[in-house]
Amino acid sequence: MTKLKISCGGIIEDVGSTKANKTGGWRTFKPVRDVKKCIKCMKCWMFCPDHSIDKNIEVNLDYCKGCGICAERCPVKAIDMVKEEK
Amino acid sequence: MILGLSEEELLEFGHNACAGCGEALAARYVMKAAGKNTIVVNATGCLEVFSTPYPQTAWKVPWIHGAFENASAIASGVDIALEKLGKRKNVNVLAFGGDGSTFDIGFQALSGMAERGHNVCYVCYDNEAYMNTGIQRSGATPKYAATTTSPAGKKVPGKTEYAKPMPFIMASHGIYVATASIAYPQDLTRKVKKALSIDGPSYIQIFNSCPLGWKHKFNLGIKIAELAYKTNIFPLYEIEKGIVTISKKPVQKTPILEYLKLQGRFKHLGEKEIKEVQESVDAKWEKLLKLEETKMGF
Repeated sequence: MTKLKISCGGIIEDVGSTKANKTGGWRTFKPVRDVKKCIKCMKCWMFCPDHSIDKNIEVNLDYCKGCGICAERCPVKAIDMVKEEK
Repeated sequence: MILGLSEEELLEFGHNACAGCGEALAARYVMKAAGKNTIVVNATGCLEVFSTPYPQTAWKVPWIHGAFENASAIASGVDIALEKLGKRKNVNVLAFGGDGSTFDIGFQALSGMAERGHNVCYVCYDNEAYMNTGIQRSGATPKYAATTTSPAGKKVPGKTEYAKPMPFIMASHGIYVATASIAYPQDLTRKVKKALSIDGPSYIQIFNSCPLGWKHKFNLGIKIAELAYKTNIFPLYEIEKGIVTISKKPVQKTPILEYLKLQGRFKHLGEKEIKEVQESVDAKWEKLLKLEETKMGF
């Protein structure tokens, strides 16, 4: 195990460094959007706790944890939660 | 701007919040409203733990963590230091605390901050128990909720006391107080912006769900927050100079059962307890309506 070097005062200089953690690995179900049904109301973007849906309604699967809030909130049910294949 | 919310994300990807975390969403909205000229002071709690797994951080703004009880004290110091350095203009000071650190452990520091009149906006993310340490009861836990320190058994159905009326306690300090919910982000960001524009202390309490602590499905966090508003168990209002204004009123009253039945922490409740909860919610709502109507100050 490598020794962790602690900076003076515990200061973290690397801003936003959690980006290195690809939390998408936690996921069991992934959101799949039906482009034809989508009315672009942006509610999935608004309610995503991990802001994994960008402004073009593309899901960032590197960080999506698969909670399914986007599918539950979608007013036209355009998002399906599909089981991940390993 | 999308749907009235800024596109800027000041909480980076890859933080360790659970899937469907209401707190991560609350922090995301608050930071959207506050913008990047903000200094964040964080009390110990879920938000602090999941956003800064040392030596990493998810924050893109200056951020300080002290201890469980002293977020308001540190924020007071930041406010004075900025003033002495002549850098106070256009800088927002935000203090974040969970309901445990706000209602119980950090209450004296928070009360002191409000009394001394520091220019700090204190945001309490209320998930109604100590979730970070493993779901222990707090002053914010509602009556009859099962937690690990108020378990539901054959004789005692969960917590036996009501939650503290924290917004009213803070309003008694004569400061700006607001309650908000993650289900209504536009209302939430408006209140945060208003609180930050005020020269003086302010307190915002945000209702957010916790899938693990409340034992509900991961995708139901927003639905539960919406039902909390529609059933009047968590009304959205502002108190300015002691005068209560209800931000929005539900068109149709939803029975409390709709809210309770989605959560595992209430699954042991019988008809008698549900009736009692309904009566207490109705009485509190009536009181709030009366406060708004009579414009009786705190």
